[in-house]
Amino acid sequence: MNLTLRVWRQAGPETRGRMVTYRVEEVSPEMSFLELLDVLNERLTLAGEEPVAFDHDCREGICGMCGIVINGVPHGPQPATTACQLHMRHFSDGDTIDVEPWRARAFPVVKDLVVDRGAFDRIIRAGGYISAPTGSAPDAHATPVPKPDADAAFEAAACIGCGACVAACPNGSGMLFTAAKITHLGLLPQGQPERSERVRGMIEAHDAAGFGGCTNTGECAIACPKGIPLTTIGRLNADYLAAVRGRQQ
Amino acid sequence: MHWTTCDRPGHSLCVALLTRARPTPAQNARAKGPSTVGQKVVMAATGILLVLFLVAHMLGNLKVFAGASAFGEYAQWLRRLGDPVLPQTAYLWIQRVVLLLAVGGHIWAATALTLRARRARPVRYAHRRPVRGSYAARTMRWGGVIIVLFVIYHILDLTTGHLNPVADPANPYATVVADFAPGRWYVTLFYGLAVVAIGFHLRHGVYSALRTLGQQTSRGERRARAFALALSVLLCGGYLAVPFAVLTGVVR
Repeated sequence: MNLTLRVWRQAGPETRGRMVTYRVEEVSPEMSFLELLDVLNERLTLAGEEPVAFDHDCREGICGMCGIVINGVPHGPQPATTACQLHMRHFSDGDTIDVEPWRARAFPVVKDLVVDRGAFDRIIRAGGYISAPTGSAPDAHATPVPKPDADAAFEAAACIGCGACVAACPNGSGMLFTAAKITHLGLLPQGQPERSERVRGMIEAHDAAGFGGCTNTGECAIACPKGIPLTTIGRLNADYLAAVRGRQQ
Repeated sequence: MHWTTCDRPGHSLCVALLTRARPTPAQNARAKGPSTVGQKVVMAATGILLVLFLVAHMLGNLKVFAGASAFGEYAQWLRRLGDPVLPQTAYLWIQRVVLLLAVGGHIWAATALTLRARRARPVRYAHRRPVRGSYAARTMRWGGVIIVLFVIYHILDLTTGHLNPVADPANPYATVVADFAPGRWYVTLFYGLAVVAIGFHLRHGVYSALRTLGQQTSRGERRARAFALALSVLLCGGYLAVPFAVLTGVVR
């Protein structure tokens, strides 16, 4: 396969970026999208040019490090697939592919396709955890959890924090990420004592980070490589309303 | 970003690190004004109030099919409502003030969320696939602007009568019939388009309001979407029936 890539190049956080066109020839359909970038970078390095910076780690679709917008879609055209698990067989010979970083004020570009997702860490820091030290793992049946709750909590816990929801959202909102954490912890017994403090803190951190507000368009859940359902946002809203009402009493 | 594993109870090192970095209550108290979720709740609550008004207004409009006298009596009843506790037209003015506050709150929340959304993405995508969600969800903001313009025109037309050829407060039936006369097809067309815009606005708006107020099951989501669609179609049908009946001579 011979492809034309239009890649966002930006030398640093303060410099202006632009789309730069590269020809990549003899691409194997078995390559992943990140391997395509590896091949491009090898050639750029050999030619004495600066390679394209991009984030990646496990390349198994579970770490949440990779995150690029491919032809306007976070993680590319395959549903429920991260960019590292996206294979070139889904593209055709002669295609022109646009590659951009996540676009959000809360995720400033560090270099080329690498963005700083520290805003997600700040949301987690504001309550996305359980503070009670629980020692070593308890017996599985020590605290009974109803099966539907366990399933729903697990579904939400599958969030890898990649930020595709923010990249896809027309409002640049981080609500699906926040809602996944609220749902995951709020459904389990261990999450109950801090439930209302958690939702208030996390929403405040979300808003302070400069994310947009949610308008329930549902773009986030379509883009999510882990299939986090949009219903988690309803749960976040319910928890938030209950927490705010509780504070006024 | 490997912190997702830290959510596990018992991952004590990570928990300790995270706990130390937790914001203090003083930091938490710094935000001013409602949060984005709070703004959405304002949007949902005022929206529900406006939808309830739309239902009542539509039922009143359909009285036109009961004839000129029934329609006139209904109009008089609206002015007498609350009698003898309230003076004439007092109820109408209370309703107008409440609706105005609701519209104000709705527009304020929409503007705040829109400006925030603009700020949240300072650099646009070079390649942006169109939003894949419903047409209704995509057109909420411009649809809202069109609806406001229509409501202003609608009040000048049928409430104050400035833009109506008859404008006889004693004879609302004749006012409506003259308004949608075949010679004024452009008025009927604009009215029809505005009603359809309201239908699209509600199709996403009603579903979105229920979600904002805490609807959170997938079964409930299907129901909420179906309810929003049914309500939109019902309201569109009810509102379009009157001008269509006048245009075709069923009501004259």
